[in-house]
Amino acid sequence: MKHHLRMTIYALLTGAIMAGFSSPAWASIRVFACEPEWAALATEIGGDNVSIYTATHALQDPHHIQARPSLIARMRRANLVIATGAQLEIGWLPVLLRQSANPKIQPGKVGYLAAANYVQKLNIPNRVDRVMGDIHPSGNPHIQTDPRNIAIVAAVLLQRLQQIDPAHADAYQARYQDFTGRWNAALQRWQQQAMPLRGERVLVYHKGWAYLLRWLGMVESDALEPVPGVPPTTSHLSSLLSKLKQQPVAMIIYAAYQNSRAAEWLAGRADIKAVKLPFTVGGTDAASDLFGLYDDTIHRLLIAAQAK
Amino acid sequence: MNSIKKWAICALVMATYTMYPLQPLAAEINNQQEINNLKQQLQQTETLLKKMQSRLDRLEQRQAQASEQTIPAASPVVSPSITSPQYSQSQPLASPVAMPQPATSSGSASANAFNPEISAVLNGGYYMFTQPTSGFAIPGFAVGDAAGLGKRGFSLNESELDLASNIDNMFYGSLTVSLAPEGGANVEEAFVQTLNAPLGMTVKAGRFFSGIGYLNQFHAHHDDFLDRPLPNRAFLNTQFGDDGVQLRWLAPTDTFLELGGELYSGNAFPGGGGAFRGQGTWDAFMNVGGDIGYSQSWKAGLSYLQTRAIARDAFDAAGNVAGRFSGNSRLLLANMVWKWAPNGNRLYQNFRFQSEFFYRYENGLFGVTTPLLAYQGRQFGWYGEGVYQFMRRWRVGVRHSELFANNSGAAVITGGLLDTGGHRPRRDSVVVGFSNSEFSRIRLQLSRDATQPKVDYQLGLQYIMLLGAHGAHQF
Repeated sequence: MKHHLRMTIYALLTGAIMAGFSSPAWASIRVFACEPEWAALATEIGGDNVSIYTATHALQDPHHIQARPSLIARMRRANLVIATGAQLEIGWLPVLLRQSANPKIQPGKVGYLAAANYVQKLNIPNRVDRVMGDIHPSGNPHIQTDPRNIAIVAAVLLQRLQQIDPAHADAYQARYQDFTGRWNAALQRWQQQAMPLRGERVLVYHKGWAYLLRWLGMVESDALEPVPGVPPTTSHLSSLLSKLKQQPVAMIIYAAYQNSRAAEWLAGRADIKAVKLPFTVGGTDAASDLFGLYDDTIHRLLIAAQAK
Repeated sequence: MNSIKKWAICALVMATYTMYPLQPLAAEINNQQEINNLKQQLQQTETLLKKMQSRLDRLEQRQAQASEQTIPAASPVVSPSITSPQYSQSQPLASPVAMPQPATSSGSASANAFNPEISAVLNGGYYMFTQPTSGFAIPGFAVGDAAGLGKRGFSLNESELDLASNIDNMFYGSLTVSLAPEGGANVEEAFVQTLNAPLGMTVKAGRFFSGIGYLNQFHAHHDDFLDRPLPNRAFLNTQFGDDGVQLRWLAPTDTFLELGGELYSGNAFPGGGGAFRGQGTWDAFMNVGGDIGYSQSWKAGLSYLQTRAIARDAFDAAGNVAGRFSGNSRLLLANMVWKWAPNGNRLYQNFRFQSEFFYRYENGLFGVTTPLLAYQGRQFGWYGEGVYQFMRRWRVGVRHSELFANNSGAAVITGGLLDTGGHRPRRDSVVVGFSNSEFSRIRLQLSRDATQPKVDYQLGLQYIMLLGAHGAHQF
């Protein structure tokens, strides 16, 4: 009798815990993507087997996010966190990780993927000093502006999903194969389309385009921010303007989340185009997925280059 | 490698100079046409040099790459060599644009990489009061040693030294030492915290600021105002922290829900004397929070703190003991914070409103000397503040705080510490802050301080600067 009672209590407790800790979609893998591009990539490879939460959107500066309660709550149950890494999220992700009380997604675990660790980074500074602004000691973190980096991260993501959810390993593999096929075709298309951009000199708002410019063979002549993270000043803009008279550039590029005022001001005076680029998925209407992101980026660059 | 690089650059420079001779410079200087030509040539040389330099860099990088390991491949399904060579072959953008290579390690792998995040906070300012600071007191409240206002004129405030790091895969640790300007160090916080406790639990142990209320757990350098609100100063001796343990549980829900409890030694204000064999204070708190669309987010909480104080000292403005309290103290705290930023992009504009309500019930004995007399206190306090960042780097804030005490018992002597004299302490402040970056902040605050019947007008100008590691902040 006693034994039965104990068994019943155990059964009830287990039932209560299962009911309390699982959601209706408890079979699916929960992905917490720090930026929209990784959410889009997880959708491509994960499909219906993953449910994705995107921590930021394209109109937010990913350097300046608050560790909001909603983010902590979402990270609590995540099976996989996809971050850019390279200190892009240093102002908020460490707090989320510590407060999430989730052992599965701590750095070093399978559930923590820092994309920038898997690609070769540019702009690694030889000397680090805050006088130089908000620089990233481990290199430029804005790796998603080169679609070839997306392909590299896709392979890492596939491995992680297969490790976390072996039951659907074949499904992930199939989706990955399908994605890379389409991605390779798109890469060729983009590179053909972007041929006329090769060698063009551009001004950037923030040094966030190193990977894009390297990919397309374009040259970054200067940045509107006097040092990274410090907003453009009038004196810096006028010195840029006088430099432009000596060394003209094809256009000024800025990200969707950045204030267009400084870029428009300078473009108006130098008689060049200021181009808003999506920067990530969702930055413009046309950039609704990863393919749209680069389609629209190249489309906008080409229009500006032809207009000059 | 370095010497090869140097030689290569020398060779390149010489080669380019022979390709674009600069000799006519002295002779034909008057000729405008010539000058323009020269400028163009110089530009070309520059770009050529840049290209060559970048090629050299790439070469170096590739060599460094070769010595690195590859991705720690876990799954056998896909080989790490995912950079299928077809990219480089189909690469229409010709040779200078090489396919980026996958990499594994990002930073240097030297032993220094294991050093904890180190940062220091420098803090100083200038303060002006229209009333003498020596007679400062909060009528009706027996306060701790840190409830008063700062010094007049120029003064260095407490400097802070922080070390924080993951200890291993199970623990995180943090140490904050504050250095008093007159000398001497004080361990402000020193705690360890679990990283992978099961079921959403987090355990913290050591000395730390309590999770009750909203503002209490933040370090002072996070604040937008120069001082803490009146009720925080009166009820929590500015900031409550003690030696003990904390348990937090985060609910597995999409809406943020957190429950927590703490057990402390009971030595720190509002406790005192380490009652119950050194476990005199306990508290419990609950926080909920979430987002409303992209632009708004909020958090609200309720906390309860109970302590048995044994001979808890009350201080006057000069830092002398002005009385002692022994008895029970219970504090109920409600708090909320609401933040707004257009589209959730807080870089240019954002707004924050926060408010906290305090209710305290104390009963026991109070007195300056023996015999101690009976005392019962029902005290209430609240504050509300709004801070608006109207453009990048600039923000303004206003705050109102208020206290109310209803004390009874033989210990309430006319003109004494616990006598309110029918006065209700109030304080209003306006602050303007300038942050050149997230590491530096300068602020000017004007206050109308009616804490005592004689109104004091105050001005404070303060700088707070952060050196070293970038500390991420809580919501």
